[in-house]
Amino acid sequence: MPVYLPDTTEEVLSLLAAHPNAMLLAGGTDVMVGINHQHGLRQETSIIALRNVSELSRYTIDDTASTISLGASVTWTALEEAPFVERVRCLAEAARTVGSRQIRNAGTIGGNIATASPAGDGVCALVALDAQLMLSSATGSRQIALTDFVTGPKRTSRADNEVITSVEVPIVKGWQSYAKIGVRNAMVISIAGVAVVLNTEHRSVSIALGSVGPVIIRATEAETALAQQIDWERCSISADDLDDGARLAATAASPITDHRSTAAYRKHAVQVLTKRLVQRGLRDLAERGPS
Amino acid sequence: MSQTITRSEIRHGIGSSPTRPDGAAKAAGEYAFSSDLFPDEALFGVTLRSPHQHARIISIDTSKALAIAGVFAVVTADDVPGKATYGLIASDQPVFASDVVRYIGEPVAAVAAIDEETSRRACAAIVVVYEPLEPLVDAELACQEGAASIHPDGNIIRHQHVLHGDPTVKGDVVVEHEYVIGMQDQAFLGLEAAVAFPDEDGGGVDCHVATQWLHEDRAQVAACLGLAEESVRLTLGGVGGAFGGREDISLQVHVCLLALTCGKPVRMHYDRVESFLGHVHRHPAKIWMRHHATSDGRLVNIEARFLFDGGAYASTSSAVLVNAVTHTQGPYQCPNAVVEGIVVRTNNLPCGAMRGFGVVQACFAHEQQMDRLAEKCGLSPLELRRRNAMHTGDTLVTGQVVESVAPVTECIDNLAALPMPGSTVGTHSYLLPGGAGNTTRSDNVHRGVGWAFAIKNLMYSEGFDDFSSARCRLEDGRITLKFATAEVGQGFITIAAQIARTVLGIEAVDLDTIDTNVGSAGSTSASRQTWMSGGAVDAVCRVVRERIFEHHAAASGCNPLALAVEGTDLVDTTTSERTPIEEVVRGLTIDEEVVYRHRATVHLDERGQGNCHTAFAFVGHRAVVDVDVELGLVRVVEIATAQDVGRALNPLSVTGQIEGGIAQGLGLALMEEIIQEDGRIKNPSFTDYLIPTIADMPPVVAHLIEIPDPQAPLGAKGVGEPPTISSTPAIIAAINDAIVNATGSTQKIHRVPVRPLDIVEAAYGGTAD
Ligand SMILES: Cc1cc2nc3c(=O)[nH]c(=O)nc-3n(C[C@H](O)[C@H](O)[C@H](O)COP(=O)(O)OP(=O)(O)OC[C@H]3O[C@@H](n4cnc5c(N)ncnc54)[C@H](O)[C@@H]3O)c2cc1C
Repeated sequence: MPVYLPDTTEEVLSLLAAHPNAMLLAGGTDVMVGINHQHGLRQETSIIALRNVSELSRYTIDDTASTISLGASVTWTALEEAPFVERVRCLAEAARTVGSRQIRNAGTIGGNIATASPAGDGVCALVALDAQLMLSSATGSRQIALTDFVTGPKRTSRADNEVITSVEVPIVKGWQSYAKIGVRNAMVISIAGVAVVLNTEHRSVSIALGSVGPVIIRATEAETALAQQIDWERCSISADDLDDGARLAATAASPITDHRSTAAYRKHAVQVLTKRLVQRGLRDLAERGPS
Repeated sequence: MSQTITRSEIRHGIGSSPTRPDGAAKAAGEYAFSSDLFPDEALFGVTLRSPHQHARIISIDTSKALAIAGVFAVVTADDVPGKATYGLIASDQPVFASDVVRYIGEPVAAVAAIDEETSRRACAAIVVVYEPLEPLVDAELACQEGAASIHPDGNIIRHQHVLHGDPTVKGDVVVEHEYVIGMQDQAFLGLEAAVAFPDEDGGGVDCHVATQWLHEDRAQVAACLGLAEESVRLTLGGVGGAFGGREDISLQVHVCLLALTCGKPVRMHYDRVESFLGHVHRHPAKIWMRHHATSDGRLVNIEARFLFDGGAYASTSSAVLVNAVTHTQGPYQCPNAVVEGIVVRTNNLPCGAMRGFGVVQACFAHEQQMDRLAEKCGLSPLELRRRNAMHTGDTLVTGQVVESVAPVTECIDNLAALPMPGSTVGTHSYLLPGGAGNTTRSDNVHRGVGWAFAIKNLMYSEGFDDFSSARCRLEDGRITLKFATAEVGQGFITIAAQIARTVLGIEAVDLDTIDTNVGSAGSTSASRQTWMSGGAVDAVCRVVRERIFEHHAAASGCNPLALAVEGTDLVDTTTSERTPIEEVVRGLTIDEEVVYRHRATVHLDERGQGNCHTAFAFVGHRAVVDVDVELGLVRVVEIATAQDVGRALNPLSVTGQIEGGIAQGLGLALMEEIIQEDGRIKNPSFTDYLIPTIADMPPVVAHLIEIPDPQAPLGAKGVGEPPTISSTPAIIAAINDAIVNATGSTQKIHRVPVRPLDIVEAAYGGTAD
């Protein structure tokens, strides 16, 4: 099986144009598991390895646009160690929950997005942050909201000749965090994940739910209710309003029962985590004082 | 007047902790596990397995597979030249299914081809026509009268009662409950693998394989191949863990048969998914117990019923069941008992040996019962156990008197005296329940403490002729030990050399290849090899030492009976004259082999009475856990243990067994379970069959109780299984305690592994919303 090692995005695009069925390989932490499970690859499959395409591993901060642009090949470790990590804390915390040190050294944001698992931790955080994707092919580029890109469980709108080049992450004023549940303390697929962003500038709340539906779900009713009930001056919310908001988040979840957990527990977990994260956020914001 | 004596010391003898001979290679990744054996010219063998839980095989067409270029052989039941079935106790498991398949994953055919890919393609090209049959999946249904029988031997593998004393006795205080234990996997990291080399004339075969018991494998393989045992020669391939899962045959017959059929070396190795199908598991169990006690908490009677799901084939199920029912009482005195145990066949995965062997299940139930009893009697869990603690000389519910050192009170008291770990305040969320998931802060956490204790039989039971052989050769001042003891990671190769050094006063000890060119060592299981093969090595070294004494006596004219080994010297105890042993043995060659046997045991009678076990070890665990009860997440903070080890021949090895065993017990308590749906494993990989990581495993504080057992060679008891046994119930007891502390609920967890929702429901009652 041919393996190509291009050095530039340009080369990746022409290789993709020539081999539309080629498989892109970033950190390989999803790809290799798949190959193992099917006892190897068909001989005719070609592989385009992205490891030498250094431009895909870069990140830049655009302060005027208030976005951070993360190259698709940025690894979880690179993200955790990035100088701007505090400004996309939610994503950094999601990164921290991914696999183990070895997996985080290899696994990339682009791979997580392209895999589009409803349990993808990075995807959940990025959905809460309203991230946009940049895709390129030999015939052009496009930008698409991450929520639109992921069309189903492990399904995306990526065309065969496209590569994800970067993820554009808005820098939000306020507070953000991610938490996930697994029955092991590390190296575990999420049973339920919740990302919460409290935007103090727009006085809005965004909540993304992982592993409780076919795709990452935005709990829009909970977002609206909480945004309305939060006293943004005092950074507080009444206990009842918080409970109601958390319950709405659980209502938004449409989990299944499988070998990892039950639908009932997943809903319960979403409710508890939403409540805890909003509580933690408001407490931190109150301590921080007016910014 | 005092005299200065220069005593010599033997390095790396008994009681020290020398580095494992394979340690550096293993740490550096250079050690050859059996899956690393790649002879250049070897073909690759692959197994075709049943996709059905229960089905009749109508036809098997291998022609398309055979037509594929590079395929050397396709074998099915028709090609098995000898016995069609194998098994450790009953020979009921087909080498390949011929008429009926009884579980998903049962071998139907095997292929050898030039490489793995070709073999897999050929496997996929075999056409098997099945007629699906109604599967029997529920153990309770399987043992009902009139249940459809899924095997010519019937569904019931063993039905054993234990009736002791007056079973009608009632207590002032009575507690009863049903407990459920899920199916645990051994999850050894080194997957099943073997290479077989056929003799040129096809009359025999050499097989390098990761196993727990070379000679038993050989007997079963030879029978199936229709060969004399001597024609089947087994060598131990590097073993990456076993835990009972390598006691049964997996790929041994297949790989040897393929090699003989092809006239070429064949290697096979399973991947993780196939490994889950290819070996037996810990029996899932349902156990009901009713404990009767006086109002001051003294046990007067135990009623119990055990139902074990043996899966499709018998394996060691009957022995596992006997272990369970005979350990009903735990490490406590109880004059009366009425116990029923049943293990049945179903169309689920076959179950058999796993570390703890039936006692894990029994202990989980009896320890939860002891906690319930303590609560009802208004006693602390420890005080209740102190009042009932077993002592040497007590009688078990089988009527057997415990002759072993039985330091149960010492286990309790030493454990109670160990200091408690600190609080969670200021702890990073990574160290709290939920770990890396960032779910929990210290104000979401409640702490709990739980205790559990266990008794475990050592060695084989019920009349089994359980022996071990060892050879010792002295030549050129060096010792070479030869034995067939499977080194599966437990460290026998380290202590074997330590024993030889101390007994003989000679530091240079080499180990010969572990293979079938020496007598059987029995199985590396049942916590038996330190006692049995350690006993054999000790005995053969003592025989050699006697010969050295005689040689020295003949040469120097002293009395051989007055000689002793002290350090590296031979001492004439009548004259205090010391001679370095290396001088004594110069030019001397001695070669001896011995067979060591433990005391005879008997089969249980109909009433479950009889001296069926050989010896016993005892252990206690204290678990401290932090629980986020609202989410049902657990962090084990610390496990403390007091373990009756007799004598620690290698303290570091003992600690290794204790820590590893506890990790496995923690796994069963919190996460390890094979989940089957209609007989199909839903989690057959390490993505979803979770075993503890370093982030789950807490520090272990171990107190070794060293009271040498007079009946054990060198005073040392086996230490491998006890750590796995009571660590599980201790963790569950601690979770129960945390639930009380959090919400005041006295509802208890009665199932392992515990799932988050179980905790939430126990804490808040019913399904939390
Ligand atoms: C042990 C283990 C633990 C794990 N734990 C977690 C976890 O906790 N949370 C979690 O979310 N995930 C987890 N994963 C999954 C995996 O690590 C992540 O999804 C990771 O981010 C994938 O990145 P990668 O670079 O390794 O992707 P790869 O395996 O290289 O690729 C994954 C997919 O993305 C495609 N792809 C890669 N780069 C691009 C690109 N630039 N443009 C378009 N398509 C692309 C590939 O073709 C492939 O289809 C785990 C995996 C393992 C093996």
